[in-house]
Amino acid sequence: MKAWLAHHAHSLRIALARLRHAPFATLFTVLVLGIAIALPAGLYLLLNNVKQAAAGIEPRAEVNVFLRLEVPETEARQLADSLRSWPEVAAARFIGRDEALQRLERLGLGEISAGLPANPLPHAIAVTARATDPATLEALAAKLRQQKGVGEISLDGEWARRLDALLGLGNQLVWLLAGLLGLALAAITGNTIRLQIYAQRDEIEVARLIGATDRFIRRPFLYFGGLQGLLGGLAAWGLISLLRHLLQGPVSQLAQAYGSRFALTGLSLAEAGIMLAAAGLLGLLGAWLAVSHTRRSLDIS
Amino acid sequence: MIELNDVTKRYPGGHEAVSHVSLKIDKGEMVFLTGHSGAGKSTLLKLIAAIERPTSGSVVVFGQNLGRMRRGALPYFRRNIGLIFQDHKLLYDRSVFDNVLLPLHIQGVTGQDAGKRVRAALDKVGLLKKERARPITLSGGEQQRLCIARAIVSRPQLVLADEPTANLDEAYAGEIMAMFQAFNQVGVTLVISTHDSNRARHYGARALTLAEGRLL
Repeated sequence: MKAWLAHHAHSLRIALARLRHAPFATLFTVLVLGIAIALPAGLYLLLNNVKQAAAGIEPRAEVNVFLRLEVPETEARQLADSLRSWPEVAAARFIGRDEALQRLERLGLGEISAGLPANPLPHAIAVTARATDPATLEALAAKLRQQKGVGEISLDGEWARRLDALLGLGNQLVWLLAGLLGLALAAITGNTIRLQIYAQRDEIEVARLIGATDRFIRRPFLYFGGLQGLLGGLAAWGLISLLRHLLQGPVSQLAQAYGSRFALTGLSLAEAGIMLAAAGLLGLLGAWLAVSHTRRSLDIS
Repeated sequence: MIELNDVTKRYPGGHEAVSHVSLKIDKGEMVFLTGHSGAGKSTLLKLIAAIERPTSGSVVVFGQNLGRMRRGALPYFRRNIGLIFQDHKLLYDRSVFDNVLLPLHIQGVTGQDAGKRVRAALDKVGLLKKERARPITLSGGEQQRLCIARAIVSRPQLVLADEPTANLDEAYAGEIMAMFQAFNQVGVTLVISTHDSNRARHYGARALTLAEGRLL
């Protein structure tokens, strides 16, 4: 057990020494890895920020409920009151037919209504939903449609649906990009390791001849791959933080112009942790692939 | 300790380096393998160390049939053998000390114990004062001695030496042979290949002579 731990510590030291041995090569590789990781992570953050910004502009979605003409005002008001107690409803405002007509006149459509013998408008209730996602809105609309006296429903959630679809597409793009660039990360690490194995072939040969196991030979390379991936992750974190820092000023100016107090959010500690872990694991994977592939060509027995 | 039964090693391309060799080496023996270069001495040593596998016949070392050994068992088998190479196979990117440390490291010996054993091995070959030096700064004879120190540091039961004195002048060669004799006196089995057939006679040891892959 002690020997095993000692060898792990030693492998780590060897890997660190190899990283230090060629500082420029390490720096460039880490930078390339950092950019590769920062791309999907940055897109992810962009989406997150768009979601938040969208929520800041219009936090709730409206559903307009038009009652049937024969429904009297008292009944309509009762319905509005009962709607207010629904958990999915944030607010329900009663709009009487007279008020509706006045609004219409204010919009400059008074001439039309003036020619009408009676007010053709029904009582209405403007319902504000708590959730903004289209599915919940649809469900709410369906539920409202079943209420007694309800004539028509106008769902004002088109923008929400479009945004949601766009964000969904963005989400998929993030995963696609993450997958592709993860592959690139593993490939880059694998290639670095492969070159290293060729540089170390004398050592590997001697070690084999004097009784080193495959694990013994493999371990420093695996550590190297994992470490390099981790450093790439850290570089990505740095790049993203830098970018956020640079964009913070212009974005808040823009937000102020729209009367919003929106500020860019960065990666949370948990998200950064996941990113670092993924980068490390991908580096490890690349190293493992390179080692198990090259081992065969270096096999002397 | 070593038993070869009708062993033939044919390389791809048809060249037969070792043909129908049978031999037996007992524990504690010091045996010379002699013959011209190309006679199959190196191949025979490689067969004993399981670096090469026989095309036919069986090689049994420490009671283990090498032809049937699993790949995973090979490293542990090799740890009982000290290998000395004609071209030394030293690692030039590390110190003399670290070169000798490598076998111990591979076997999981670390810390002060390892340091003591490395120094003991270096002392035996007279390189204690050069432990911080790089192998490249050593003379040919010193490099060969370093290779010997690396071979014996893990106290193997068997030492295989391939032309250990080939590139050395007589004085250095004599020193190295004296070292081998000293190891043999403490019970180490040695198989030493040399193209110089007088050497075996000089040390009064058994000599096996190979010619064109056959034992004479």
